[in-house]
Amino acid sequence: MIKENNWLRRKALESIYSAKSGHPGGVLSSIDIIDFLFSSEMKYDIDNFKNFDRDRFILSKGHSAPALYAVAAKVGIISKERLNGLRKINHELQAHTHRLSSPWAEASTGSLGQGFSFGIGEAKAMKMQSIENRVYVMLGDGELQEGEVWEGAMFSAHHELDNLCAIVDYNKMQSDNLNENIIRLEPLANKWESFGWAVIEIDGHNSNEIKLAFDGARNVKKKPTVIIANTIKGKGVSYMENSPSWHGSVKMTYADLKQAFFDLDATNSEIGAIINE
Amino acid sequence: MNKKPKLIGTSGDSLRESFGKALVLLAEKYPKVVVLDADVAGGTGIHHFRDKYPDRFVQCGIAEQNMMAMAGGMAAVGLIPIVTTFAVFMLRAIEQARLSIAYADMNVKIVASHPGLDTGPDGASAQCLEDMACFRSIPNMTVISPCDPHEMMQATKAILDHVGPVYMRTGRSDTKRILDNKYRFEIGKGKIIYPGNDLTIVACGVQVSRALKAAEILKGDGISARVVNMSTIKPIDTELLEKCSFETGAFVTAEDHSVIGGLGGAVAEALAKSKPSPIEFIGTQDVFGESGEPDELAEKYGQTAQFIVGAAKKVIDRKKRIQT
Repeated sequence: MIKENNWLRRKALESIYSAKSGHPGGVLSSIDIIDFLFSSEMKYDIDNFKNFDRDRFILSKGHSAPALYAVAAKVGIISKERLNGLRKINHELQAHTHRLSSPWAEASTGSLGQGFSFGIGEAKAMKMQSIENRVYVMLGDGELQEGEVWEGAMFSAHHELDNLCAIVDYNKMQSDNLNENIIRLEPLANKWESFGWAVIEIDGHNSNEIKLAFDGARNVKKKPTVIIANTIKGKGVSYMENSPSWHGSVKMTYADLKQAFFDLDATNSEIGAIINE
Repeated sequence: MNKKPKLIGTSGDSLRESFGKALVLLAEKYPKVVVLDADVAGGTGIHHFRDKYPDRFVQCGIAEQNMMAMAGGMAAVGLIPIVTTFAVFMLRAIEQARLSIAYADMNVKIVASHPGLDTGPDGASAQCLEDMACFRSIPNMTVISPCDPHEMMQATKAILDHVGPVYMRTGRSDTKRILDNKYRFEIGKGKIIYPGNDLTIVACGVQVSRALKAAEILKGDGISARVVNMSTIKPIDTELLEKCSFETGAFVTAEDHSVIGGLGGAVAEALAKSKPSPIEFIGTQDVFGESGEPDELAEKYGQTAQFIVGAAKKVIDRKKRIQT
């Protein structure tokens, strides 16, 4: 458990509470890796998101957008005050990332599989123009059931896109149930390997393993890399971890958020500051 | 014994061939243009570009959904991607066109071959009769269907100059030159290409030549039919339609597409909001096609010049009844 990310987890959950709907489980499983990418791994200029020569991140599992928004607020891309506008009318923070309202979020998402292809297109376009940047795409595990993902996996290997790094947020659960009870993904690493990808498996909540994985991916030549990040859906909140009911879109109550803040080491004044909506 | 088989439909200037050739001519001037193909380059006319500019040609394999969404990403890194395959397979990836291209307003051009019954012997599975209706309903999307090689050349340049998503139809069968050298294609503008005052025939794509033939037949019967080449289906030229409504008071629309939601739908919507006139719709009547030669199919499914003539007479009768 990366304690430094408790603030991020609280902010993301607060925005979901404020929105009265959202997918907290996948937000908490993916947030450590998203934070690492924006805080340590990617090269970008906060003030110039229109520059073509920047590393790019696409959250293909777009329903985890609150995690990305919280990270964006932490690193200063958006202001912290904007977070609780999530999913609200006339606000730029759409339920799923949208390129026109949040250009730094790269792609418009919300239909699984498409963000992955969008990122592959960026990686290919960089190669065609000799732009030496990298593309990172995070996919959900349930998302891997989309046929488009495997179309893209074949394409990326064939075109030797070594500037592409996919991350699977492998929390083993999807909207209705365990992957295992919906459509089985295993043997997952073998699948990617047989498609011509370099595969790195890690604990997606271990900061050292996260760092080593991205270092490793950067050194892979002539093939794309997938990091299979073993994660826990609802990570950090006692009542959400391993409880299937928190894995789809839910409405969080005041009491839910209070308990989550307590689990995530909030101070008394931070807990007291939660507005009872 | 190294003789290669000849690709069907590549002898004359089909709309797909004209598109492929136009793109080769424009390629030097538009260095950001790249072409995506799903293993049908010989069928879409894009083999001309592939052979001349292999480094700007991206083979995506038979995987249209990935191809379509990738094009959005390529545009995000400054390229002008052109997605090419058959119109029906564009429908397979329409949600990718919607989310990853149109919703994000990416500068991607979707150019579809094999529209309508013109696709011929390949049969109903390949004859796309729904694409204009589907793509027209997507916000930010411009929809174009040129009618001859001359217009295809101009339209190809115009869509590259236009910033934003475009869906353009080409065509499979050999097409005769219809328009003269003075004709100028503009996105969003219909053009009167045959004068007349009793009714207006609004046509696009391969139906423009049949509309002109119908106008000649009608002239022999003492009916003065105006023909509008409506090569932009969206945004539809409401100004021209309103003018034609005031001046002729009756319409026939003609498209190689279902009568639901395509050119006919666009014309009817525009007129209903300005100056309504009676309309007849030539196109497939909510049915699928079948294998056969394009002209045989046009006859069986009611799309020949004679059917346009029949519709013209019918609509003029209605116009008279309204006036009296």
